[in-house]
Amino acid sequence: MTAHVNVDKLRVEAGPVGQATTIVHDVSFSLQRGEVLALIGESGSGKTTIALSLLGYARPGCRITGGAVNVGDDNMAAMSAAQLAGVRGRKVAYVAQSAAAAFNPSRRIMDQVVESALMHGVMSRSQAEAKAIDLFKQLSLPSPQTIGRRYPHEVSGGQLQRLMAAMALICEPELIIFDEPTTALDVTTQVDVLKAFKAVVKAYNTTAVYVSHDLAVVAQIADQILVLQSGKMMEKNTTDIILNDAEHAYTRQLLSAVQDSDTFQDNVPGEVVIDVANIEAGYGKITKEGKPGIPILSDISMRVRRGQTVGIIGESGSGKSTFARVIAGLLPAATGTMLLNNKELPPAIVNRSKAECQHIQMVFQNADTALNPAHKVGDILGRPLTFFHGLTGTARKQRVAELLELVKLPADLADRKCGALSGGQKQRINLARALAAEPSVILCDEVTSALDTVVAAAILELLGELQSKLNIAIVFISHDISTVKSLCDEIMVLYKGKTVQYTSGKQFARGPYEPYTELLLSSVPTLDPTWLDSRQSRA
Amino acid sequence: MKVIKSMPLSGKLGALLVVFWVFIAIFGPWLAPHSASEIVAYDVFEPIGGDYVLGTDYIGRDVFSRLLDGTRFTIFIPLLAAALACSAGTLIALFSAVSGPRTDEVIARFMDALISIPSKIFSLVMIAAFGSSVPLLLTITAVSYMPGSFRIARALAVNVANMDFVTVARTRGESRLYLAVKEILPNILHPMLADFGLRFVFVVLLLSSLSFLGLGVQPPEADLGSLVRENISGLAEGAPAVIIPAIAIATITIAVNLLIDSLRGGATYAARGK
Amino acid sequence: MKVIFQLIIKRIGLSIITLLIVSAVVFFIANLLPGDAAQEMLGQSATPEAVAELREAYGLNDPPLLRYAKWLGGLVSGDAGTSLANARPVSELISARLSQSLMLAGFTAVLAVPFAMVLGIVAAMYSGSRIDKAMNIFTLSMVAVPEFLLATIFVLVFAVELNWLPSLSYIPADAGVNDYFRAFAMPVATLCIVLSAQMARMTRAAVLEQLSQPYVEMALLKGSPLSRAVLRHALPNAVGPIVNAVALSLSYLLGGVVIVEVIFNYPGVASLMVDAVTNRDMPLLQACAMLFCTGYLILVLIADISAIVANPKLRTGG
Repeated sequence: MTAHVNVDKLRVEAGPVGQATTIVHDVSFSLQRGEVLALIGESGSGKTTIALSLLGYARPGCRITGGAVNVGDDNMAAMSAAQLAGVRGRKVAYVAQSAAAAFNPSRRIMDQVVESALMHGVMSRSQAEAKAIDLFKQLSLPSPQTIGRRYPHEVSGGQLQRLMAAMALICEPELIIFDEPTTALDVTTQVDVLKAFKAVVKAYNTTAVYVSHDLAVVAQIADQILVLQSGKMMEKNTTDIILNDAEHAYTRQLLSAVQDSDTFQDNVPGEVVIDVANIEAGYGKITKEGKPGIPILSDISMRVRRGQTVGIIGESGSGKSTFARVIAGLLPAATGTMLLNNKELPPAIVNRSKAECQHIQMVFQNADTALNPAHKVGDILGRPLTFFHGLTGTARKQRVAELLELVKLPADLADRKCGALSGGQKQRINLARALAAEPSVILCDEVTSALDTVVAAAILELLGELQSKLNIAIVFISHDISTVKSLCDEIMVLYKGKTVQYTSGKQFARGPYEPYTELLLSSVPTLDPTWLDSRQSRA
Repeated sequence: MKVIKSMPLSGKLGALLVVFWVFIAIFGPWLAPHSASEIVAYDVFEPIGGDYVLGTDYIGRDVFSRLLDGTRFTIFIPLLAAALACSAGTLIALFSAVSGPRTDEVIARFMDALISIPSKIFSLVMIAAFGSSVPLLLTITAVSYMPGSFRIARALAVNVANMDFVTVARTRGESRLYLAVKEILPNILHPMLADFGLRFVFVVLLLSSLSFLGLGVQPPEADLGSLVRENISGLAEGAPAVIIPAIAIATITIAVNLLIDSLRGGATYAARGK
Repeated sequence: MKVIFQLIIKRIGLSIITLLIVSAVVFFIANLLPGDAAQEMLGQSATPEAVAELREAYGLNDPPLLRYAKWLGGLVSGDAGTSLANARPVSELISARLSQSLMLAGFTAVLAVPFAMVLGIVAAMYSGSRIDKAMNIFTLSMVAVPEFLLATIFVLVFAVELNWLPSLSYIPADAGVNDYFRAFAMPVATLCIVLSAQMARMTRAAVLEQLSQPYVEMALLKGSPLSRAVLRHALPNAVGPIVNAVALSLSYLLGGVVIVEVIFNYPGVASLMVDAVTNRDMPLLQACAMLFCTGYLILVLIADISAIVANPKLRTGG
C-alpha cells in the first residue's frame, strides 16, 4: 500500500532572500490513508509551519525552499497559486488554532461553512447546507438546524471550534490539518471538542495531522507522533512507543513535564500574612445593597500564611485574576475586610501607605508586557529598591546583582534592555522585581502559562526554592490544575466568582471533591491513550 | 548612520533634501548674491540662466536671493509650530492617560471639538480677528495641529497605560507623574517623533497656503508661499519666479514625507490636515 | 437593533455638543478680541456719535453671552445677521454661492472616491510589489504638494501652453455641458489628485490591516483565490475604517476648496469667506466658518454611524 501523504526532505526558510534562516530542516514522514499524525513541539519548533506546508502554504515572509509534499498524486510544494486554490478546502482542509479569529466576523456562520463547497462547485447550495447540518449533528452542536444562521460572535468558543471542523469537512477532504485546535479552550470544553474531532475523522476515514504542544491531548487522538525541536525532527514513532519507550532525551523531557506526580505540599504554617474575608467586587455603579452593578466576585475569603502557597484554580471567567487585582488594590472591593500582617488594609491603592504597597507584589502572566521595553534590566530591578528602600548608587547596583543571582541570571544582564531576552529570562526578571521590594506576599497570576513546558518547570522550581529561602507567602493563580496540585499548600477552586472548594493540598490530593472540582480534575487529559474514550460525554 | 544605510532610495533622497533645505534656511541670507529687497534689473520676469540664476520677479528683484531669504520662514515657523503642537499634545495626552476617566473624557471631548474646526477655517477666523503677524501665525498653526497630536499621543499613551508594567508601577504606589514621565513617555516618544515630522509638513502647507492667499507672512518679509502669490501674474508667461518657489515648497514637504515613510517602514499615514 | 439605535442617538447628541463648543470658539475669537467692529467699519475719522449709533444698531453694547445667544438663535432660525461689507443679509450671500461650492465638492467626490478605492485596494492586494511601492511614492508625494502648485502647473500646461481651457472658471448664464466641463476641469482635477492620494493611502492601510487577520488566511486555505479573499472577506470588514477615511478626506476637501476657489476665481462660499477675511466682515466670516465646521461634523457623523451599522456585533444586538 502506497502512502497517502508523503513529505520528503521538506525545507522552509524565513526572512529576506540572501539572509534567510532555515526554520524547518529536511523533515520527512509519510502517512497511510486514515492515519492521524501528531506534530509535537514547543514554540518555534516549526510544527505549524510543517502543517501549513501540507496545504502548499507558507506564512508571509516564509518560503518552502526544498523537498516535496505529496498528498495523493499532488506535490503541494510545486503547484501554482491557481492549482493550489483548486485543491485547498476540497482535498486538504485546515482547522485553525483560534476559531474566534479564523471566522470572518461580518458573515454568517453557514455562509462560511459552505463556502469552499460552493467555490469548488462540488455541490449546490442546498446540498451543501444539508450536508453542513448533518455535520453539525455529528459534531454534537446544539440546535444544528439554526446555528448556521448566527454570526461568529454569537456562539461560544468551543462551539466555534467544532463549527470550524464542520467547515473543514464540508467537502470531505482526504487530509485535514488541525493546528492546536483546543489550546485556546478551557479544559472542560476541550474534552467534548476532542471527542467530536476524533469521531468525525474516524467516520470519514480522513488522514489527519494534529499540531499540538500537549502530549496528553495528542495521546488521545494520534496513531503516530513526530517530535520536533527548532525545526528538526527528533523522533517519530507510534504513539504507543513514544509514550512508553521514547528514545530521544528531549521526548522524555517533554513527557516528564506532563506526568502527573502524586506529590503535594503541606508546609508548616507560619503567622497569617494576608487575611481576606467576605469579599464582593466587580464593576459598575454600587447598588443600594452595597454591591457592584456588574458583580465578578462574591463572598470570597482566603487566608495566606508566611511560607505558604495558596493556589487559586479556575477557568476563564471564574474571576481568579480579578481576585488578584482586588488584593493588590487595583480594583477596590465593594465590601469585605482585608488584613495585611494583622492590620487593616484599605481596599483602594490610593489609600494605601508605601509600606502596604511594598508588602504586596504582583507578578504577571505575560513577561513581554510586564517589563517596560524602554528600561534597562538594572533600572527595572533598581526602581523598587530606590522607591521602597532608598537605595542608590553602588548599594543599589550591588543589590541588583544579588537579585539577578537569586533568580539565576548573569549579573551583566543589568545593562541590557529586556527586548532581546528569552521568555524564561524575562519571567525571572519579573519575579526578581517583585522580590526587590522584599514583600510579605507575592501574587502570581498565570506566571507559567505563556511559557513552554520545560521552561515553565524551571520557573516553578525556582519559585519553590525562593519561597523556602525567603519564607514569603505566595498566591498562585492558574488554570493548570496539575501545577497547582503539586505546588500549593492550600487550594481554592473558583467558578463564576464563587468559591467552590477550599481545602489543604493534602486533602486535595485525595478528595472528596465538589462536583465542579471533580469535573475539572477529570477533564485534564492524561497520557493514557484510552482516557478520552473512557470518559462519558457531558452534554 | 546605520538607519540611513538601511533606508530605501526614496528615504535617502528625502534625507538629503531635508539636510539641504535646513542648510538653506540657516545660511540662505548669507549666501544670497543680492539683498532680497533690492531691485536689480529693469526687466521683470526674466527667465532662468540669464544674468540672474533664477531670473527676476515682478518688479525686477533677484528670485534666487529672495528664495534664499524666504526659506527660513517656510522652515522655521513650521518647525517651531510643530514642536509646540506635538509637545503640548503629548503632555496633555499623558496627563489625560494617567488621570481618572472623567477628566480624560472632558479633555477628549474638548479636543474633538477643536479638531472639527478645519485648520484653514480656524486660521481665517483668527487672522480676521487679529490681523496677520509672525507670532500669530505661529500660534494659529500650533493650536490648530495640537488636537491632532493629542489624539495620536493619547491613543498611544492609553495603550501603554494598559500594559502590565504600568500596572506593576501602580501597585508599587508610584505617583502619576512618575507613571507618565518614566513609564509611558519613553514608549511613545518614537512614534511621536514621526508625528512631529508629519505635523511639520501640515504646517508648511497651511502656512504656504495662507501666504498664497495674502494672509500669511506679510511684506516686506516673504516666505515661499508669498513669493508664489506676488509673482502669480507671471504665470501666463511661465516665469520661474512663480514656478520655482512653488516647487521648492513641494520638495521640502515631499522630502520630509519620504524620510518619515522610510523611517517608519511605510506605516499608515495620518489624515492630512488633522 | 435597539442597541444600534441608542448608539446612533448618543453619537448625534455628541455631535451637537461638539457643534456648540465649536460655535462658542468661533464666536468668541471673532468678537471678543481687540478692535471695535463699529470703529473698524467707519474708519478712524468717524465721529464718536456715529460709532455709538452703529454699536447700538448692531447690538455691540450687549454683554457677550447675550450676543452669543442671539447669534446662535439667529443661526438656528436661518438668520445669520447682516454683512458689514455690503449690508446684505449673510444668508442671502451664502445661499447664492453654496450650490456652486457643493457642485465643485460633489464632482470631486464622485470622481475621487471610486478612483481612490480601487487604487487603495489594488495596492493592498499586491502590497510589497513594485506597483505598491510606486503607488506609495506617488501618493506620498501628492499628499505633500500644495494645491496651488498643482493648480499653477495645470494652468501653465492647459491654459497657457496648450490653450485648451480658460485659466479662470467662468460659468456663463446659458451654460451647456461643454461650458461646465471647461469651468470645472482644472479645479476638480486639482482637488481630486490631492484627495485621492490621501484616500488611497488610508484605504490601503484599512484593507491591509484586515488582510493580516487569521480569517483571511483561513479563506485562502479554504481554496479561495486572493481576489475573492480580499473582496468577499477582507473588504466587508474594512468598510468601517474606509468610510472613516473617506469622511476625513472629504473634510479635508473643505479646506482645499478655499485655495482652489481663489486661484480659479470660482464663485463659491470659500472665496466669499476669504473676501470676508480681507474685509474683516465678521458676521459673514462667522457664518461661513460655521458652515464649514458643520459640514465637517456631518461627514464625521456619517462615518461613525456607518461604522456602527457595519459592525455585526452591534447589528445583531450582541
